[in-house]
Amino acid sequence: MSTLTALAQLEAIASGRAEPVATVRHCHLSETPLVMIPLKLAGEAAAPLATMLGTDRNEPTLMVVPQPRNRDLRFGYAAELAKAVVEHVEAERGATETLEPSKDGEERVRYERAPQIIVPNRGGVGFLRLLGRSTRFRSVEGPWAVDPAVPMLGRWLTWFADRNDRPGSSLLLALTETLRLHWATGQSSLEDGNLAALMGWIDPPEGLDGPSAAARAEDPVLCPPAGPATDPTFDNEVLAPAIAAFDESGGEPRAEERIRAAVASQLVPTWDLAWRALDMLRALPEGASVPKRWERDRDSFTYFHREFAESPPQAKLDDAVRAARRLHDLERSQESYEAQRAFDDPLVMAEQRLAGQAFGGVVTETEPERLDESGKRPKLRPYVRIRTEDPVRLDEGATVVNAARPGLKGKVVEIDGQDVLLELTGGMGRKLTAEPGVVPEPGQRVVFTSRTADSWGASKFPEREDTPWTHGGPPAEYEPADEDATEVWS
Amino acid sequence: MSRDDDHTATDLSHLRGGETARNHDARTIAALTANPGCARRGVMDAAAVDKDAVARHLGFGAPFGQSQFAITRGNAFEAQVKADGCAELLALLRDRLGLEIPEVAYDDLESVGTESREVRHTRTRHLMARALESGAGTMFDHPLLRLDIAGQRAYLEPDVIAFQLGGRFHVVEVKSFAVVDGQAEPEQVAAAARQSAVYVLALRELVAGLGHDPERVSHEVFLVCPENFSNRPTATPVDVRPQLAVVRRQLARLTRAEDIARDMPDGLTFALDEGLSDTVRAVEARYAPECMSSCEMALFCRDEARACGATGTLGRSVRDELGGVDSVVTALDLARGVREPSEDMAETAEQLRVAARLRREALASAPAPAPPVQEALPAPAGVPARGAGVLERTA
Ligand code: SF4
Repeated sequence: MSTLTALAQLEAIASGRAEPVATVRHCHLSETPLVMIPLKLAGEAAAPLATMLGTDRNEPTLMVVPQPRNRDLRFGYAAELAKAVVEHVEAERGATETLEPSKDGEERVRYERAPQIIVPNRGGVGFLRLLGRSTRFRSVEGPWAVDPAVPMLGRWLTWFADRNDRPGSSLLLALTETLRLHWATGQSSLEDGNLAALMGWIDPPEGLDGPSAAARAEDPVLCPPAGPATDPTFDNEVLAPAIAAFDESGGEPRAEERIRAAVASQLVPTWDLAWRALDMLRALPEGASVPKRWERDRDSFTYFHREFAESPPQAKLDDAVRAARRLHDLERSQESYEAQRAFDDPLVMAEQRLAGQAFGGVVTETEPERLDESGKRPKLRPYVRIRTEDPVRLDEGATVVNAARPGLKGKVVEIDGQDVLLELTGGMGRKLTAEPGVVPEPGQRVVFTSRTADSWGASKFPEREDTPWTHGGPPAEYEPADEDATEVWS
Repeated sequence: MSRDDDHTATDLSHLRGGETARNHDARTIAALTANPGCARRGVMDAAAVDKDAVARHLGFGAPFGQSQFAITRGNAFEAQVKADGCAELLALLRDRLGLEIPEVAYDDLESVGTESREVRHTRTRHLMARALESGAGTMFDHPLLRLDIAGQRAYLEPDVIAFQLGGRFHVVEVKSFAVVDGQAEPEQVAAAARQSAVYVLALRELVAGLGHDPERVSHEVFLVCPENFSNRPTATPVDVRPQLAVVRRQLARLTRAEDIARDMPDGLTFALDEGLSDTVRAVEARYAPECMSSCEMALFCRDEARACGATGTLGRSVRDELGGVDSVVTALDLARGVREPSEDMAETAEQLRVAARLRREALASAPAPAPPVQEALPAPAGVPARGAGVLERTA
């Protein structure tokens, strides 16, 4: 939360519509994302009830477990879902690019594309994670053998859920979170967690404004919840009798059809909503650093995919070293993700300006040819004086970079009221005169920030023993235990 | 159930206007601590008003329904754990936690017939007294406890077991959310720990009332939950000291209901009639989004708070960002610079003004057809409007 977002929320209340908190899209959107709306049975940790999924808004596939407590039906469903997910993964691979070999001469490759899964909300991510956990250790032989696709599903879902933890990754996106990164509404984050209410503010249906659309969205009869939890009234009045009838009929197709129809009625509204939400996001121009982050996602995908056959399922819990590394890794990516977003988006940069870590204003005078001749050899050190209204909170000597051209570096020489004097120190070329157009000119508006995006660097495939979890999980010696394969799933 | 007005002895019961009193349970008490500054809730709870009925009468019934699938599963799990005098639970405490539990006695204090709560409470006290003195008894299921809330006495019917081990009591709470690989959903664990803390507190009051050291009730409680994806129970010891401190502090700070009630206009009651809305509005509320999960009045209060433009509807973090300015209109006016801030708001006002300018500037410089671009800023002369490119993004 920041004052800027708070202000945007107030403006949303005043206008009755969501207000933008981003001017570009900060996530990658695949042309053919796999949209998944999972539902689970109330009261259970991860008993799937149904999923509506597909890559074409006009052709959703509905998978249902007519009796969620029946183990065979549940594993049948898991196998069906597994085939759809694995098919998507394979279809979204694209060609294989060969990259420059690493320093030690190792071959490096990257798939041109990567699969993307879209779920409505955080609960959807959590459910996929649990579904992954409950299926990845299943044995494909012996007395409790399941379809070989089932443990594969588990490993893929686990990987997707892990990547979702990583700031800036777009492989698995929760729509409510992604939308909130771009719009602020006149309601609290609690209400924003309801996709229909959030979309009501962002894109209200004809004749409604944000508040009335959101109010409508809170009626579970008009707008069934986006899952994975179902509406208790639906459970009690529709689903329970339908499941009971299914049980009584001994699993008749007609009874199953009744359950499918009931469940579909709960899923279709969210399905439509999810695609509309994607439309809204797609209408925003993509942020400049999005392709770079997607490249990291593709690296992770390439690695996980290529190692898949050779690797055991991901461990249940990270050991201490891995957990520490993971934390460090997440923190680092959080920082650089935030910095990148600010460079991509003046509205995000405004946060830094408000905090005094960046400032923007008009160039009032310059000495573009100034040289520092105190050392052995003269150095190009132009002066730029900027008038700003921002509350600058930088010390003299602080290093800053130009927001529009992060290569252009400078140092704060003095701050005098609204005037900031900068000495430019780098990014102007190798000569003693700057390359044309690099040193800002009087009258020009500029923004400089003290927060720099550290480079993500080219990725190297680590040694097996050094595999970071981000690259498809640990090579920890996982010994398949009978207990895992037979773990009760009731 | 027979009406039992005993626990509103200091008498706010007249405020119910003849409606039936509602019982407290640990959930409602733990929830009470979620918004201790709310006078409306304080009074309604102290007078044992049925808030759910009130909200429904006002047209704001809270959707607190539960799925029968969840109820069935919860009951089945609890029954399984407690079957045969808690055989499974004992095995769990012995094997998993390595507790040395010698011989075992199990007493269910569940009500028999139409027994009043006072009688049940006496029975609980009696058994506990014996246990404290002689060490007899191991498991006491469904004890009926008492706790003072805002100067009012409330009964608690916890669905827990008081479990005696080595002269100390532990609270054992059976929950049906799963613990997967040693982890459960943090909100559910937090809620369970808060509830258990209330039970610990009530048990301690009882023990102290019997002339024993309240510390004989341990701050370590046991949560019993299904493990992973099975029905097999697992027990986790939880130290509820932090929750105890919070609950104790909040209960002590609870707005004194009697004082508030004294300030209410005469004759107002929470009876379910035409006067209800006036009564409710006569007592000040303090709505925050957390109310949605903790108070039956939430939809009503949210509507009211929104109607009067309270920033609290956006959540505490937003309110904090706004430096405590609690009106949307005031905050917007400050941001637009059309209202002179009072001295204590000067800093917030300045922050808001800068934020508003930065927002305007950034939106005007949006690199492409961003949605509602504000046209307000005139482009500098000689520069094409969109190319105002104030931030030189393409330089
Ligand atoms: S919902 Fe209303 S009555 Fe209940 S705690 Fe919140 S503000 Fe108070």
